[in-house]
Amino acid sequence: MNVVVIRYGAGNIQSVLFALQRIGITPTLSSDPAVIAKADKVIFPGVGEASGTMKELKASGLNNVIKELKQPFLGICLGLQLMCKHSEEGNVDCLGIFDLNVKKFIPADNVKVPHVGWNTIQNLKGPLFNGIPENSFVYYVHSFYAEPGKETAATTNYINPFSASLSKGNFHAVQFHPEKSGTVGESILKNFISL
Amino acid sequence: MLTKRIIPCMDIQNGKIVKGINFLNIREVGDPVEQGRYYASHGADELVYLDITATDEKRKVFLSLVREIAQAINIPFTVGGGISTIDDVSALLDAGADKISINSAAVKNPKLITELANRFGSQCIVVAIDTKNEEGDWYVYVHGGKTKTPLKTIDWAKQAEELGAGEILLTSMNNDGTKNGFANDITKRVSQSLNIPVIASGGAGTMEHFADVFTTGCADAALAASVFHYKEIEIPVLKKFLSEQNISVRI
Repeated sequence: MNVVVIRYGAGNIQSVLFALQRIGITPTLSSDPAVIAKADKVIFPGVGEASGTMKELKASGLNNVIKELKQPFLGICLGLQLMCKHSEEGNVDCLGIFDLNVKKFIPADNVKVPHVGWNTIQNLKGPLFNGIPENSFVYYVHSFYAEPGKETAATTNYINPFSASLSKGNFHAVQFHPEKSGTVGESILKNFISL
Repeated sequence: MLTKRIIPCMDIQNGKIVKGINFLNIREVGDPVEQGRYYASHGADELVYLDITATDEKRKVFLSLVREIAQAINIPFTVGGGISTIDDVSALLDAGADKISINSAAVKNPKLITELANRFGSQCIVVAIDTKNEEGDWYVYVHGGKTKTPLKTIDWAKQAEELGAGEILLTSMNNDGTKNGFANDITKRVSQSLNIPVIASGGAGTMEHFADVFTTGCADAALAASVFHYKEIEIPVLKKFLSEQNISVRI
């Protein structure tokens, strides 16, 4: 199984590599379009700022490469946001794979932003969530979110409902961190790998 | 619903977990990777590892340990102890740490918080504050609680948030080691003045203390060491108790 994790401007991808190793996968880390195109599975992780990382994706041409991929593809956290149409973070147009906008949480009474910690996922749809019970706990760290829409494959409530996961054809994405979500996260990663 | 987090903290010296019984007698209590794995599979929501030796030579030992921990653990973990430069943070994050905590170095050079947040993102920058109540007000202490500063805790916490901290780890020196409960008053003041999560630390002795710090203290997370290391409190039992008090936890 040739699993490629895309290396680009975003930080802290080491934990994704280690999580894949824990489920028996030896991933390849690459920013080379030829290597990415030949992968069986592609993972697009990332923690960082949207407009800066979009700029880096464009500079390297990876923005167009990603949109053309036909194999199973998984965006994580910032990866999910960059796969949407537009992000309020740095007011930037993103890859447009999902027809949704990314917005900033507006703090409510005694509800803090960023959304940090363990929260539940609901309305689970699609292959990533095979065998995952409704209201399972996953780990989040984010200040921006994708609105719910027709491509939403799971939702979470924080201040307002948002897309915990998105899915369209071969493209899948999660806002939470499966690599840090205990055994639930490992099951979701395994589901992706077995697509 | 977002849950309150329970965080075991491990002090690390020469690659082992240690726990100070008193200042002269530091006792080894276990292997950091094995203990971390145990906590992760027994309900801990996150882990904290503090390097209490933190000399240049020992830091390399810690760095390779961080890598081993990251390989083994499937929940988030924070590392701290003697971190003072962008290079320190870069090496720890590259080794697989999810967050880093800075303390004295941030007080000495507050701009460091902004530099780290801009480079690595606020989500991984925890500002740790050691605080002590003296004559009715809470002050910030540095260098492992040895040096008093003129900073008032509430002012420093607000400044840390403005500079880009992602979370505050607030340890009350008055309460630490007493097992008489967390410092709910200052924890509440800091938590309600800030928009970022506050982790309360110092004083955990009973399950009621955790309930109190989440309700009265308005903490987003609670950290403890010895009650977990010595199994005086088992996390699954604690979480069941908290849940029965209508405190939202991950079970």
